[in-house]
This record gives sequence, structure tokens and C-alpha cells, in this order.
Amino acid sequence: MALLEIEKLTKHFFRLSALSGVSLSVEPGELLGVIGPNGSGKTTLFNCVTGVLPPSGGHVRFRGEDITGRTADAVYQRGIARTFQLIQLFPEMTVLENMLVAAQEKTGTLLSRLLRREETQETARARELLEFLGIARLQDNLASNLSYGQQKLLDFGMALMSDPQLILLDEPMAGVNPTMIKNLMGHILELNGRGYTFVVIEHNMEVVMSLCRRIIVLSQGERIAEGTPAEIADNPLVLDAYFGR
Amino acid sequence: MARARWPLLAALALCLLLPLVLDQYKLYVLSLTLVYVILAIGLNLTLGYAGQISLCHAAFMALGSYAVAILGQHRVPFEVGLVLGVALAFTWGLVLGFPALKVKHHYLAMVTLGFNIIVFLVLRNWESLTGGSFGISNVARPVWGPVSFKSDRAFYFYILGWTAVVVASAYWILHSRWGRAFRAIRENEMRAEVVGVSLRNYKLMAFAIGAAYAGTGGALFAPLLGYIDPGAYTLDRSIQFLMMVVLGGLGRFEGPFIGALVVTILPEVLRGSEGLYLIIYALAVIIMMLFMPKGLVGLWDLAWRFSRSRSSPSTSSASLR
Repeated sequence: MALLEIEKLTKHFFRLSALSGVSLSVEPGELLGVIGPNGSGKTTLFNCVTGVLPPSGGHVRFRGEDITGRTADAVYQRGIARTFQLIQLFPEMTVLENMLVAAQEKTGTLLSRLLRREETQETARARELLEFLGIARLQDNLASNLSYGQQKLLDFGMALMSDPQLILLDEPMAGVNPTMIKNLMGHILELNGRGYTFVVIEHNMEVVMSLCRRIIVLSQGERIAEGTPAEIADNPLVLDAYFGR
Repeated sequence: MARARWPLLAALALCLLLPLVLDQYKLYVLSLTLVYVILAIGLNLTLGYAGQISLCHAAFMALGSYAVAILGQHRVPFEVGLVLGVALAFTWGLVLGFPALKVKHHYLAMVTLGFNIIVFLVLRNWESLTGGSFGISNVARPVWGPVSFKSDRAFYFYILGWTAVVVASAYWILHSRWGRAFRAIRENEMRAEVVGVSLRNYKLMAFAIGAAYAGTGGALFAPLLGYIDPGAYTLDRSIQFLMMVVLGGLGRFEGPFIGALVVTILPEVLRGSEGLYLIIYALAVIIMMLFMPKGLVGLWDLAWRFSRSRSSPSTSSASLR
């Protein structure tokens, strides 16, 4: 069974159609790339899957359960985490606190979260992940005091905190220097090797081609191609979408 | 909290010792300050921590005040009235939290402002229950069998006890996962929801708990004055609480203490200047806001950093909250 199944997903903003009947599926352990020119509906697709935006039509199933139109917190609790193209952190909270927020809602009831003070496990996991990402020494710094690259790493770390089954990365390499890109790619590949499933939106073709084994191309809200990196590179529809031949 | 521990203990010692030497009026001002501390803590939780604007804190306060005043007329024990008032305020806080799920910022301000006006009109027009514009006089103070809190000094210590309960419970909440969720919502609502924070649950709780504290303050306010009327619960009063929280330092635990103290004491200090005192007071507030946009707690931070830099050359970049 596919981990994520998207069936004829549509999203309209008044008369503008951002997604028009997009269907795709993600298998467990996969590293899927989603590419397309600006305005092709990639981020809208993520927003509709993660509950940030309600879709206008279609269905999203995660592990067989229909999660269409669920709130973002409900989607997260089912095991889908994401990062954002424009980094979204809690700027006036420390790095460790940012990580802990991303972990605290996964288990227990609202009341138990008020009464249970113990956070040894969550803190240990947060420190372990910060160590893995190489920003452990910054754990007591405010998130707003981090550099752009460090903020990207923190955003990525937060997505990992709940040990999700599916991680959606929205342009993880955007605005990041080559060393950091190499660093992030290494992390993604290592985690994918450990069994984490990723869907990556990325404009950096070099990254997508070397990172992903399967790529889906969107253009003007529609899925126009799917295939291996080599197939996508030679697909005339894709070239047309990017270069407008 | 480390930086707040010693000053809090010093403040507690002062609160215990000062009443022994203060005259009746000054004792009343100190009691009023404690009541306002409770109210400001509630608003700080809703607005400062969870980022939900509320301009109806006086309305929640009124629910507590009228509950003890009305029930007191029927010889119901004070604490029963207090619990009922707090429960009423909590419930209405929950109800008012629902619009916060749909509207934000100035739109939410308008909703809460409307609620304050409605409560004021109900208090003024439901004469059979509230006494209308004439209000309710001789609001009873608590009595525990042989122990009476009717004297000003005894009632001051009664208020101090409740203040300690509110401060401790607020500290508990704000330093729990709830407090972190409140701050996450304030900082970035969308991101908070995407990492599993239920906006509905936490926003409702932020309103309800803030309102419950206002109900507690209101319940203590009524017997402190001995007389209440709707004029004490207008929008002006809500704005006064807003000023306490903003002036003290939004979203900082120390903020409500400093804000309530300044907003209550400053007019009293300036009273000697006759008719000019309101102008001086307003100017002082404007100047403070201009030079300390993060509130008077900024001065506190400055003093803390100064003392740390003297004792140790390195300082942490993270602020303790």
C-alpha cells in the first residue's frame, strides 16, 4: 500500500486554478522529487496535503486513511511533517524550545501535557537531532539569532522531531550556500537510508537529479510528467514547461 | 526565572511587612495593586503569551465581582461566590475564544470590545439582579467561622493569599508545555499548527484561563471597595489593564507585577500636583513607551545584564523567560 495517495486534487483561488486534478502516490522509503516552474502549484500541493489549505476537490489518503481537509495539527499527528520555502520558526524562542514545540503535541491529551513536566525523552531526542545536524552548540540561542543556513537546519530538525513517516521538504536548498547544500543532501540521503520517506520540492536541478530516484513535474497546476531523473531530463513536455519552446 | 527569584522573594517580604506600618488608605492602594496584579497576569497570559488581543478584561472581572456581590446578599459564603464567578468568567472566556479562531488582530479587538459593552449594558439594565446604575453596596468580605477578614489588614492578607495562588498557578501553566504552545501560537500561528499545536484548544484555553484570573481579581475587587456599580467595568478599565500589561512588558512573567504597580501607584504619587496629574501621568506613559517599547521590564533586563557583566564577562544570548 502506498504511504501517501493523492487523487485528483484541485485547489482554486477564486477563478484561478492552482491545482487541477493532480494525482500521485508516494511509496514507503521513497525519495520523490516534485519540480516545476514558479507558480506551477508545488507549494499549494504541500499546503493541501498538510492541512494548511483546504483543497477544493479530490482526496488525500495517508496510510489508507482519508485525511482530506483535516487541520494541519491533525495531519502532523498522523505522521506527516514538513518544512517551508520561506523558513517558519518561532524567532523569540530558543533553538531547543523550537525543537520541543515540534515534539510536545505528538503524544498525550491536552490535560496530560499541562500536568506532565518530565521532558527527558523529548529533550534527549532534540539534542541528538541538533547534534546530527551540527547545530547542538546553538541550542540556547534564540532562533532569530541564527544564520539563514542554520535556520534551514533548524527547520529541518523540527520536521524530524516527531519521528514522522513522511517528510515534505519545500525548497530545502533555496538560498543556501554550496557547502550547506552538500551538508543537507548528506542528511537527507542518510535519513532516507534509515527508512524516512521524503517528498522534495526543489528548483536546484542538480540537487533533484542526484537526490531523487523518481520525479514528478507540475506545470500550471497539472501533472505533466513523471519518471526517473534521466527520463525527466529528456522529456520535451518538461523542457517546454521550463523554457516555453 | 532565576533573575526573578530574588526580587520576587523581596517583594513577598515587603508585601508581608508593609501592611504592619501602612495607614488605611495606603493599605487600600496596596490591596488594589495586588488585585490588579491578578488581573494583569490573566491578560498577560491571553495577550502577552498567546498573542490574542482582548479588550474585555473588565467584563470578565465584572462576572467575578457581581457573583460574590449578588450571592453575598443571600449570605452565600464568599468562596462559593468566588468559585462561581471564576467558573462564569472561564465559561465566557471559552465562548469568546471561538471568534478568536476566525478573526485576528484589530478584528478580534473589536469583537472583545463589543463583549465588554454588552456586559456593561446588561449590568446597567438588569436592575433586578445587578441593581442597575445604583450597583450593589455592602459587599461582604469572607468569614471563616471565628476567623474574619472584615478588617482592611486581614482582607489585605486574604488578597495576598489569592495573589500567591494565582502567581503560582500562572507560573505552573506558563512554564509547562501549554506555555510553550501559547508562545508558539503568538510567534507563528501557522508553523505552530503545522507542528501539531491545536490552535482551537490552546486559543480557547488562553482566553478561558485569562478570563478566570480576571474573575478571581473581580471577586476580590468587589469586597475591597465594598460597593460596585457598572461604571467600574467599562472599556476604560479594560484599557487600563491593557496599559498595565504593555507598560510592564508583554509576554514576560515579571511584566504584570511592574505594570500593575506603576499604573496603580503612579496616579497616587502624582495626585499632589492637583489638576495636572492626569497630564503628567499620560506624558510619563508616552515617554516610557517611546524609550522602552518592550515595557518597563526592559529596565529590569538592563539591570540584570549589568549585574551579570560585572560578575562574569560572558553572557548568554538567549533571554530567560
